[in-house]
Amino acid sequence: MDQRNFEYMCYGLIAAWGVLMIYVATLIGRERRLKSEVETLKKLIEEKSRHEA
Amino acid sequence: MLYALLIASALYLSRNIYILMLQLPDELAQGPIYRIFYFHLPGYLTGAACFLLTGVFSALYLRTRNWKWDSLAAAVTEVGLPFAIMNLITGMIWGRIIWGIWWTWDPRLSTALLSAAIYAGYLMLRRAIPDATERAKNSAVLGIFAFASVILTYKSNEWFRTQHPAPVLSIRTGGGTIDPAMEMMLGHNLLALAMLATVLVAIRWNQEERRREIESLRREALAY
Repeated sequence: MDQRNFEYMCYGLIAAWGVLMIYVATLIGRERRLKSEVETLKKLIEEKSRHEA
Repeated sequence: MLYALLIASALYLSRNIYILMLQLPDELAQGPIYRIFYFHLPGYLTGAACFLLTGVFSALYLRTRNWKWDSLAAAVTEVGLPFAIMNLITGMIWGRIIWGIWWTWDPRLSTALLSAAIYAGYLMLRRAIPDATERAKNSAVLGIFAFASVILTYKSNEWFRTQHPAPVLSIRTGGGTIDPAMEMMLGHNLLALAMLATVLVAIRWNQEERRREIESLRREALAY
């Protein structure tokens, strides 16, 4: 029983950290995607304005 | 400043884990599993604080129509949700050992799940509405009313018969229900998680502002 109790405590702590780590990974992924999207759009606008000029 | 707070919260959490694993004794009746409580309750309180801020920022958006409040409301809701999920999962793992079951449709557990589902719905609503003004207005209204579910969860073990443990914090019971060293540790972990949540909100807020910039760049690109 004690062994199982300790095991489940570890699962609990791993789950608590796991949820936060997954969220942080999602934030990092979104950060990269947003950066590249801003750059792509800026390039597109630049190209279009150059083409019009 | 943000990185300093991030490093401080990581160090603080590491210090707390060291103390709660190696210095605090096991709880007499529950054994080591009780340590889950140091993440279960602070996770809930951090999530609830984020959801309270969702309501406040949503009200400020409706009053001022300033986009900043809408972005902040979205950021705190998204950051609050993982903490609410942390609360649910750690509670289930604790329940498996102490109650012998993963889940029961007890008022406290059900309202906590409902609350997390409502805030997940808030985030889904934001993704579903393409028009920025409509999105901000509708989600602000939901953001205000959704807080009722947090109050319901908080008060459920007073209002209903529940198998969830009764409140133990001195602030609610007047003291004598928890060892002061354990309560102090709980406060430390709450502070550490709140610091981490602050950093995450700042990062998420920045992303929300960037997303707004992308929307305006898209309009500009299409206008040519």
